[in-house]
Amino acid sequence: MAGTWVFVEQRDGNIRKVTYEMLSQAKKLGDEVSAVVFGKGVEALAPEFAKFGAEKVYVVEDDVFAAYNTGAYVAQIIAMINEFKPNAVFFAHSFNGRDFASRLAQKLDIGLATDAIGVELSAGKGVFTRSIYAGKVLTKVEITTSPVLATIRPGVFEVADGAAAGAVVKPAVAAAAGDVYQTVKSFVATVSARPELNEAAVVVSGGRGCKGPEGIALVEQLADMLGAAVGGSRASIDSGWLGHELQVGQTGKVVNPNLYIAAGISGAIQHLAGMSSSKFIAAINTDTEAPIFNVSDYGVVADLFKVIPTLMSELKK
Amino acid sequence: MKVVVCVKQTFDTEAKIELKDGKISDAGINLIINPYDEVAVEGAIQLKEKGVATEVVVISAGADKAMDAIRTALAMGADRGILVTQDTAADEYARAVALAAAIKGENPDLVLAGHVAADDGASQVPTRIAEILGLPHVNVITAIEIAGGKATCTSEADGGTQVTEVAVPAVISSQVSWNEPRYPSMKGIMAAKKKPVATVAAAAAENKTKIIEFSLPPAKQAGIKLEDEPEVVATKLADWMKNTVKVEVK
Repeated sequence: MAGTWVFVEQRDGNIRKVTYEMLSQAKKLGDEVSAVVFGKGVEALAPEFAKFGAEKVYVVEDDVFAAYNTGAYVAQIIAMINEFKPNAVFFAHSFNGRDFASRLAQKLDIGLATDAIGVELSAGKGVFTRSIYAGKVLTKVEITTSPVLATIRPGVFEVADGAAAGAVVKPAVAAAAGDVYQTVKSFVATVSARPELNEAAVVVSGGRGCKGPEGIALVEQLADMLGAAVGGSRASIDSGWLGHELQVGQTGKVVNPNLYIAAGISGAIQHLAGMSSSKFIAAINTDTEAPIFNVSDYGVVADLFKVIPTLMSELKK
Repeated sequence: MKVVVCVKQTFDTEAKIELKDGKISDAGINLIINPYDEVAVEGAIQLKEKGVATEVVVISAGADKAMDAIRTALAMGADRGILVTQDTAADEYARAVALAAAIKGENPDLVLAGHVAADDGASQVPTRIAEILGLPHVNVITAIEIAGGKATCTSEADGGTQVTEVAVPAVISSQVSWNEPRYPSMKGIMAAKKKPVATVAAAAAENKTKIIEFSLPPAKQAGIKLEDEPEVVATKLADWMKNTVKVEVK
C-alpha cells in the first residue's frame, strides 16, 4: 500500500484552498502523501503541493483532461489506483469532487465517506466523522473497502506548511475521448470579488429583517469591509434578494467561518444547523427572543439599519 | 418518454434530532419527501405537462412507511409508484444497487433525483445509480432542456454556472432551486389513492461502510446579549470584533 493521495481541486490552474487543507491533514495522519493532478499545463503547479507535504505529485496531462469530466477522470484514476495501489484517496467535497468520487466508488464497488469533517487512518482502515442532518448530528463511519475513499469538506482543516520533495511522477494517459460522456458547453464564473461561502474566514448573512435590497446592500457593504462572503437565510433567498447559491442552512450551504454575522436573521432551526459550528457568531436582531441569540457569542438587540452604519464607521477607526 | 424519479423519505427539516440508545430517534418526527427529491418530482411533472415526458414513475427505497412519500408524489401528479423495501440501515452503495435494479426493469429515458438528501447529506446515490446502469449523469441542475436525444443541463457549480450536454437516457440530479414544488391538490390526493404502486424487495447488496456511532454536537452556549441604543451596541460590537475576534478591516 502506498500512502494517501489527495486529488487536486483546480480549475484552469487555479488551485482551491481545500487542496492544501487536504494535503496538510493527510500529512498529519503519517502515511506518505501524494498530490494527484489532471489537466492541461498543470505540471507547473507541482511545487505548490510540495510546500504542503506532497512527497510525490502525480501529473497527468492531456486534452481529454482539460475540463473536468467524470468519464475520463474515472478511467484515468482507476488505471493509476491499479498500478500504484494507494491506501486512501481524498477528494474535495465540491461540485466536481463528489461527482468524481461517487462514480469512482461505484465503478470499484466500494464504499465512500462524503463531506468528511474528521479523518482517522490507521493500518489501511479509514474512519471519518460526518456532520449529518446539516450539522444537527455527528456520525463516525468506517470504510470497510479498499482503497479508502472520502470527500473532505472545505474550510474544516488548517493549512500547515510542510515542505516535502514533491517529486513529479507522470503515469501513462489511460483515458481517451471515447471515455467522455458529458460535454461542458459553458462555464460562466459568478462575477464576484467576494470569497466563496464555504471558504471565507468571515461570513455576513442577511435575513428577513433586511426587509429588501436596501438592507441586503448594507450587509454587502459590511461584508466587503471585512473581505467576507455574503450569505442569507431562506427568507432572503425566497424573497429573491439573494441567489440560492448564497443560502446558508439545511437546504443550502453549511459554513464554518471564523466569524459569522447574522443580520436580521431570527434563527430557524434549519438556519442554525448551517452556521452553528462557526468559531465566533455575532447577531443583530430587533427581537430579543430570537433563537439566533441562543447560539451567538455576541448579540445586539437593535435595528440593523442603524447598527451596521455605526459598526462600519467604528471598525474603520 | 418515460421518467423515473427517485425519492427518499426524510425527517422534516424543522425536526430537532434526539438520540435514543445511540441511534437517531424518529419518535414524533414528521416525515417528508427529501426537499431536493421533491424538486425532481416537480421537474418530472413539468416535463410531462410540456409534452416532453409521457409517464412519471416515482420510486423509493426504504421502510414500508416510505409509501407515504410515494403517495405524496403521486398526489403531486406522478403516474405510478414503486416501493423497494429495504433496511433503512442500507448505505449509499446498497441503496444505489437496490434502486438501480428496480429502475432497470422500467427501462426509462430519464432518471431524476435530488442531488443530495437533507438527512445524511451524502450526495452519492444518483451518481452511483448512473454508473450501475451505465448511463451518463449530470448533477445539481437548475434547468433542463431535452431535445434530439440530448439533455442540456444547467448546474449550480462551485463558483459559477455550468451548462452540460449528455445523451439520454441519463441520470440527472436536481438542486433545490430548480423549481417551486406544487402542493398536492385535494383532487390530486384523491386520485393518488387509486394510482398503482408496486412493492418489490430490494436486490441483495452488502454495505461497504459501517456506522460506528452517532453523537450530538456540543450545544453552543449563548454569550453576551446587549440591549441599548443602536449606536452604543454597534460601538461595543465593533470593539468585540476588533479585540476578541481580531477581524481585519479593509
